[in-house]
Amino acid sequence: MDYLYSTDFLFLVGTSLAKTIFLIFLVVLPMVSYTVYAERRVSALIQDRVGPNRTGFPLSLIGGKDWSPFLGGLGQPIADAVKFLLKEDFVPAHVNKFYFWIAPTLSMMPAIVTLAVIPFGSTILGVPMVVANINVGVLFMFAISSVSVYGIVLAGWSSNSKYPFLGGIRSTSQMISYELGMGLSAVPVLLIAGSTSLPQIVEYQIHNGWMMLPYSNGHLGWGKTLLWIPIIISFVTFTISMFAETNRLPFDLPESETELVAGYHTEYSSMKFALFFLGEYTAMIAGSALIVVLYLGGYHVPGIPNGDAQGGIPILRHVPGLIWGIVNITAFFAKVAALLFVFIWVRWTLPRFRYDQLMKLGWLYIFEIALVNIFLTAGILACTH
Amino acid sequence: MSPILFYLFAALTVCFGIAVVANRNPVASALCLVVSFLGLAALFVGLDAYFIAVIQVLVYAGAVMVLFLFIIMLLDLKAETRRKPNLPAYVGGGLVALAFIAQLWLVLERYSAAHQPFPTMWASEGKSIDDVTNVGTTLFSVHNLPFQVIGVLILVATIGVVVLSKRELK
Repeated sequence: MDYLYSTDFLFLVGTSLAKTIFLIFLVVLPMVSYTVYAERRVSALIQDRVGPNRTGFPLSLIGGKDWSPFLGGLGQPIADAVKFLLKEDFVPAHVNKFYFWIAPTLSMMPAIVTLAVIPFGSTILGVPMVVANINVGVLFMFAISSVSVYGIVLAGWSSNSKYPFLGGIRSTSQMISYELGMGLSAVPVLLIAGSTSLPQIVEYQIHNGWMMLPYSNGHLGWGKTLLWIPIIISFVTFTISMFAETNRLPFDLPESETELVAGYHTEYSSMKFALFFLGEYTAMIAGSALIVVLYLGGYHVPGIPNGDAQGGIPILRHVPGLIWGIVNITAFFAKVAALLFVFIWVRWTLPRFRYDQLMKLGWLYIFEIALVNIFLTAGILACTH
Repeated sequence: MSPILFYLFAALTVCFGIAVVANRNPVASALCLVVSFLGLAALFVGLDAYFIAVIQVLVYAGAVMVLFLFIIMLLDLKAETRRKPNLPAYVGGGLVALAFIAQLWLVLERYSAAHQPFPTMWASEGKSIDDVTNVGTTLFSVHNLPFQVIGVLILVATIGVVVLSKRELK
């Protein structure tokens, strides 16, 4: 019990709380609302429209399009949030109340919990920038995100009407199918890095070059070049599975508007609907963060030292580590933002798959390719070491 | 793990385990089983067995129970919720459970090895055990043959399932 009152323990609790609050309230939730905004602006750009450009800062007509072409519209997420909170929260009479209420939280919570194991920076003043450094980080992400299917299933079932039910059923089979493909796709990276701990995978990439950019540590090598082949295959299958896992177009069958009205959230309104929305985008951010950690070197930028002012270009080590710690965090979220842009770009470019095509792609292609890729990686590793 | 957390999660596991049996609604039962599994996973974390805990969530809560729930929802078991609780069955089940606990208690009381604490598994100062590596090396070195046999068994089961479901299609 002494440990519970020691300063070490208080320090651990304090820093963990600070990191959690920073990550969720200062980074991810604003990122979610601005991803929604980016989605609308980018889609407008792609379709040659204007998009939301009126609600600027200050939140009035003064911030309209005449004031500034760029700042106009940046207030839109705040206006959206207020709208979601103030709309009537209507619960239809035919729903199963308890499950109807619990479903939105169940789709939001797992997405946030997965963020706990993401190493979003090196160190700040010696404190590692990961909330929970566990040795099975990758598996933890897969496990918790597999729980998020309950939110969608329960929403579909408790709504007690046709379209949500069909959406829920579709989502269940889709998520179960693509979980396998996603898990197997990531195995080559785990084989190469020799660890399932996310901070250690990033550490490996700092010393041996990023998975997707193997020469980023400044060294060439035949083994690395050979391993690039399975890594690229793994990256492609993993990203495709991630699209399906987060229910994004071209795989957004659970909520396809043309057939199912709005899928599992047809009966939801106001903040409950917004929670599904937030959950989907948080899952997207968590998924992008996982891709960044596994393939794109995490918080590392070639030549930039870490938070203890070590590594990188020697002359930069004279600058205090705190600054590099902040640069690392910024680099991580810049990479995540770039991936989110790809998510949006794909959504407004590709048409939706048909349901049987989706299942066929998952079980007959992604699954098999990922499985063969594991043997390929293991073979190359066995030959080059 | 702090004893408070142990009792909390143990209570969670047991209470929701009881709720699985006590609930009349099959969907509610299935969900209670999920919570019970999560409590069990938390107990594994308390033993520093992160790998087992995560696999528990991934396989049971994330895959098996989703399929259970899927089937229950498709079957739409309305009759089950209206059925009256069967008192003799409750009493009988309770007695069997009590007898089992009593047996377990008596056996463990007389078994000397059960009174000794488990050997600690810390690899070195301040470093947690790499349990993924431990599980992997143990499976592939000490228990290699049983592991392979289980692999073949699972393959047979998979092929059996495919054959059975294909036959029903015709």
